[in-house]
Amino acid sequence: MRYPVDESSAELYPGEPEDAMAIRAIEMTAKDLVLTVQDYFFFAQRALMNLFRPPIYWSEFLMQADIIGVGSLSIVVLSGLSTGGVLALQSAATLSAFGVTTITGQFVSLTMIRELGPVLTGVMVSGRNASSMASELGSMVVTEQIDAMRALGVDPIRKLVTPRIAATIIMLFFLTIVADACGIVGGGLVTVFMNHQNGTQYFDKAWEHLVYPDIIQGLVKPLFFGYILSSIGCFYGMRTTGGTQGVGRSTIQAVVWASVIIIFVDFLLTQVLLRFFPPL
Amino acid sequence: MNDSAASAQPGQENAAYAGPVVALHDVSIAFDGPPVLDGLSFTVAPGETRVVLGPAGVGKSVLLKLVNGLLRPDSGSIRLFGEEITQMPEEQLFPLRTRVGMVFQEGALFDSLTVRDNVAYQLIQEHIPDEEIDQRVRDALRFVELEETFDLYPASLSGGMRRRVAIARALIRQPELLLYDSPTGGLDPVTSTTIIELIVKERDVYRTPSLMVTHRLQDAFNLCNHRFDAQLGRMVLLPKGETDSNTTFLMLNEGRLIFDGSLHELVKCKDPFVREFLE
Repeated sequence: MRYPVDESSAELYPGEPEDAMAIRAIEMTAKDLVLTVQDYFFFAQRALMNLFRPPIYWSEFLMQADIIGVGSLSIVVLSGLSTGGVLALQSAATLSAFGVTTITGQFVSLTMIRELGPVLTGVMVSGRNASSMASELGSMVVTEQIDAMRALGVDPIRKLVTPRIAATIIMLFFLTIVADACGIVGGGLVTVFMNHQNGTQYFDKAWEHLVYPDIIQGLVKPLFFGYILSSIGCFYGMRTTGGTQGVGRSTIQAVVWASVIIIFVDFLLTQVLLRFFPPL
Repeated sequence: MNDSAASAQPGQENAAYAGPVVALHDVSIAFDGPPVLDGLSFTVAPGETRVVLGPAGVGKSVLLKLVNGLLRPDSGSIRLFGEEITQMPEEQLFPLRTRVGMVFQEGALFDSLTVRDNVAYQLIQEHIPDEEIDQRVRDALRFVELEETFDLYPASLSGGMRRRVAIARALIRQPELLLYDSPTGGLDPVTSTTIIELIVKERDVYRTPSLMVTHRLQDAFNLCNHRFDAQLGRMVLLPKGETDSNTTFLMLNEGRLIFDGSLHELVKCKDPFVREFLE
């Protein structure tokens, strides 16, 4: 049972005082939020559990891996290169004030691998793929294609959602590695060609101070981010109502919530991972 | 469809069951407001075609989705092939739905798949060999006279052609029940007659029980007073005064069932809403 949250709900109680109406609107919005969160957890859990039960749609998985992974490669490479370059540019001025420009490589590599690589890739891939999942599945819902699939005896969560989630988790892991590498290369290019520093020294420092806990931290995060962005994209797509306007609304909600939750979960994950792998 | 196609997938998994194919008892459902359907009870017997009449927005499509388990009622009981489906988990409903063919209002074809893959959707999921799939798809498309669309995408088909492909998709596995959701809605009279002819052909050739929702009285009457002539390969008008005895009517108004009976009973019904609808 869903609760009305729009203005029309006021018509249910004609003559109600304005303050009571406001309280009721808040109550309904809160209930709606709680129900949405509950629906999301059931949905995401069901989609994940499908990974461990046959049938698994491998062809759908490979197709989505191509769309999500290969399709996102160019934006990840470009954003990685630019972010690494910006980090090198910004850090050079500050580090030169302390006479330690030699550690630019260390600064760029650690920042990219531990934080910016996973988060930036997650947000970029959300913008591209959470939106496309929400709009694609949303269009299928409003044109009754999802109902048709169910009527033909096929589980749309198993057929459409689970392969997207699995493909996103796996491909985001590899895209993060690409973003990290591009960021370090971008920082190196700026260091050599714009800051006129020694490239060998930059890459030596970038490598020298890198330890396994840094890499583990950086590669655990995309597994969570991939799950979050794909499950949110599919969730909003599958609960689309209201025709083409509803598809647009679902797409916006999917991108906004996926990006915000990725950043919030990054904060939580970093705290947990720092307990397991304290800074040296 | 030819005999080999029909025998390849008879779809008679529950041959021992002889009761009503569909039985609704006191079914009600509401969506954030007054009930859309309120205390609905009726049955669909084997071989019977039931036409659900009513104005737009009265809950006819909701009724079909309830029968196929795509929606769950707030109260009441729905039995499909003798099995109670109101509390049945979704996983258990999937095999049951493979025994039902459903034609959606706008066709609901998968726009990223060709006509061949749309019609063969269930067969592909069952990993049937490609050669057999191609043959059965061609047979199903021949039944709806659209064999030439085999490799086309739904976007390149007209509205009427999409409905016919949707009918082919619903028929390919020889279902034990057919659900038609306004199959002629939004179509011109000529195309509507073509679709009704296909439904009459399906009814008279395969005798599959069916539930057809429509708000077009003309289509409902055509269905009732025509039969398919296999010799001529088209539907012909029954002699004056005769109607198809297995085709009966239900009428909904404001969520309630206000009429259940034959065409003769319908035209003689004194209910003011029925009179207004007919006139």
